[in-house]
Amino acid sequence: MARIGVFVCHCGENIGRTVDCAKVAELCGQVPGVVHSVDYKYMCSDPGQQMVKAAIAEKGLTGVVVAACSPHMHEKTFRRATAGGGLNPFLCEMANVREHCSWIHEDRDAATVKAVDITKTIVEKVKRNVPLSTIRIPVTRRALVIGGGIAGIQAALDIADGGREVILVEKDPSIGGHMSQLSETFPTLDCSQCILTPRMVEVYQHPRIKLYSYSEVESVEGYIGNFKVKIRRKARSIDEDKCNGCGACTKTCPNKKIPSEFDCGLGKRTAIYVPFPQAVPNLPTIDRAKCLLFMNRAKGRPDTCKKCAEACSKEAIDFDQVDRFVTEDVGAIVVATGYQLYTIGKDQAKPNIKGYGEYGYGTIPDVIDGLQFERLASASGPTSGKIQRPSDGKEPKRIVFLQCIGSRDPQKGMDYCSKICCMYVAKHTMLYHHKVHDGQATVFYMDIRAAGKGYDEFSRRAIEEEGARYIRGRVSKMWRDGDVIKIQGFDTLAGEPIEMDADMVVLATAMRPQPGIDSLAQKLSVSYDQHGFINEAHPKLRPVETNTAGVYVAGACQAPRDIPDAVAMASATASKVLGLFANEMLEREPTVARVDESSCAGCFHCERVCAYGAVEHKEIKDRAGNVLRVIAYVNPGVCQGCGTCQATCPSKSVELAGFTDEQIWSEIQALGV
Amino acid sequence: MDSATPAAAGGFEPRITAFVCNWCTYTGADLAGTSRLQMASNVRIIRLPCTGRIDPMFMIKAFERGADGVIVSGCHPADCHYNAGNYHARRRFAIFRELIQFLGIDTGRITFSWVSASEGAKWRDIVNDTVTRVRGLGPFTAYRKLVVDPATVPAAKVTSKEVPA
Repeated sequence: MARIGVFVCHCGENIGRTVDCAKVAELCGQVPGVVHSVDYKYMCSDPGQQMVKAAIAEKGLTGVVVAACSPHMHEKTFRRATAGGGLNPFLCEMANVREHCSWIHEDRDAATVKAVDITKTIVEKVKRNVPLSTIRIPVTRRALVIGGGIAGIQAALDIADGGREVILVEKDPSIGGHMSQLSETFPTLDCSQCILTPRMVEVYQHPRIKLYSYSEVESVEGYIGNFKVKIRRKARSIDEDKCNGCGACTKTCPNKKIPSEFDCGLGKRTAIYVPFPQAVPNLPTIDRAKCLLFMNRAKGRPDTCKKCAEACSKEAIDFDQVDRFVTEDVGAIVVATGYQLYTIGKDQAKPNIKGYGEYGYGTIPDVIDGLQFERLASASGPTSGKIQRPSDGKEPKRIVFLQCIGSRDPQKGMDYCSKICCMYVAKHTMLYHHKVHDGQATVFYMDIRAAGKGYDEFSRRAIEEEGARYIRGRVSKMWRDGDVIKIQGFDTLAGEPIEMDADMVVLATAMRPQPGIDSLAQKLSVSYDQHGFINEAHPKLRPVETNTAGVYVAGACQAPRDIPDAVAMASATASKVLGLFANEMLEREPTVARVDESSCAGCFHCERVCAYGAVEHKEIKDRAGNVLRVIAYVNPGVCQGCGTCQATCPSKSVELAGFTDEQIWSEIQALGV
Repeated sequence: MDSATPAAAGGFEPRITAFVCNWCTYTGADLAGTSRLQMASNVRIIRLPCTGRIDPMFMIKAFERGADGVIVSGCHPADCHYNAGNYHARRRFAIFRELIQFLGIDTGRITFSWVSASEGAKWRDIVNDTVTRVRGLGPFTAYRKLVVDPATVPAAKVTSKEVPA
């Protein structure tokens, strides 16, 4: 006979305010099989956990139900307490009366009735729980880092310095990410490349980091500690072992007018190119969409131009290279794919994003975005650091910055704040004033959000010491009149319309996750929000973990992040990964399926629906060794516990531990009238 | 049962049983709680690892046990924590939907939806919409007439294989 203990938590006021916890404890105490039912202010506190442990011993409990918060919150805590009381931890379950009850209802009577219902269903379930023991599986102590921006670089270096091997995959020809494009960084104005490039080199030279540049993750199989990752090494048309990075090929390429991605279209590159001089690895890549030879091949014409191959003394150029695939075994994965800027023009990838046609981006050449301004201000940029208009190369004397383009605008863009724009616009005005002494920078802003160490001081300095003119309000329209950009807007502090002329306009556009993040997230089975940002497991307490064990997240693919945030997150993921790798074996939840050998007919419907290939064929033999039947066997190391096999099995011969039919039937039963 | 019966409360308050997956909808409902989104209190959630685990018989059993409506919700297509469980669930329910009417259940009593872990507001809307809709349909009584008074039959040991549908 079951002897269940029910422990109802007030969670301070959180549950107690709308649920009569004493009444819940009293009514649950009347349920057959419940021998102990109490309420307490803070069940998760030490005295609360002691109550659980003591009751197990004193009342001889065979099951524990804690009516408190979500199992995602404190299931582990109370399972540990249950184990501490001498009972198998899997005989303890949470009844979620906080997130699913007290926090979402005002009516105390209705909430109390509901809390009783919730607790009773779990009591019925726990009566049918059986002791389980955790599964121990080996851990492959190598990590995969996806994305070679500052977050990915930091994560890779920290893990490798911690003594573990790292595979770093970067989709572009060079690592470095957006940080390598920046001129100077807020709030210290130190040169971005000067602090980044040594790290890039360190990655390249690190004995424990294997870098796959110009590569993408093709597929991911497996689970924490045992992932199998297939990586597509895109054909860069260069033999990486032969090339010595001399750059002779890039000088001879006849196609020199391709807009450079690194310079955000403001500079030009060749078809065979190294994205920027400090690129790591320093290897050229042939852009097959722009190379004459490949363009001819696409049209079925013979190869004509081979100038780069002729210039190469190492015979490193391979026009017939194809995409190659490598498979790596890793135990943990860090996602650090970063961001892209919101596209301002009218063509948008998603129907809910409208763009800002009224600002003339793409039609007025002197309207640029923030990353383009970074390239203009950068000493390595297309103008060697001189602020010049893209249209005529003149130095703009009146420059206007518009903040929140696409951010905080649910109508046309994103409802979130992109976090970094207030700071980088303040930085831009400073860089501009440092370079154009007789110029005037004007900023249209909605609010200034400068929360961070030294951040507010920095934006105050831009306004008070460096002379940037800040106008609170929005611009409604811009058009070109001769070589002047006319701006019409509204000053919301003065409460009057405002018109002004500008030589150049910079739009501080929203941060969005990289395109293709959704398909990557699907490969990794991690969830993402409506914008495509990867969801963390808990917004406060598990900020760099995802809901998929063994997959971690760092940097701007999780939410808009600045460099210090991205680096801090990356180091946090590294500490998580190193913690995971501290043990040779890993303990896993025993929520796995098991086949009833006596009734399995060997139809293998379960095998067909299993997403993990966990179902194996098992031969049942007689004493002479003759095979009598072939039945299904679930490999507990591979099974992830979704239970699809159980719902599919025609003879009900598979049972998922922790979610058996009997348990669920009894829960439904308990809700009955 | 402690909850007020419809007759006692004056108006009809539907009883809704929700079968949700652990990773998306259960977490989305957690987020609704964390965000303090107020909603109707008629829904009782049964947590499962995945919608792929849901046997359509669970729903029939819920109706048999007095539910007036059922919600089934999991991860969006392509977002399944277990890669494909929600696809199996979707196929299963595409066929099951055809049978629901045959079983004497108005399809309006069943809500199928996808709610991700970040869609607390969507969960609230689904709860409120379902409660409003089922309230309009009135109590589901067709199966209650079939329930045998347990006092008249000898108690049998109930196992998962013997539970009547």
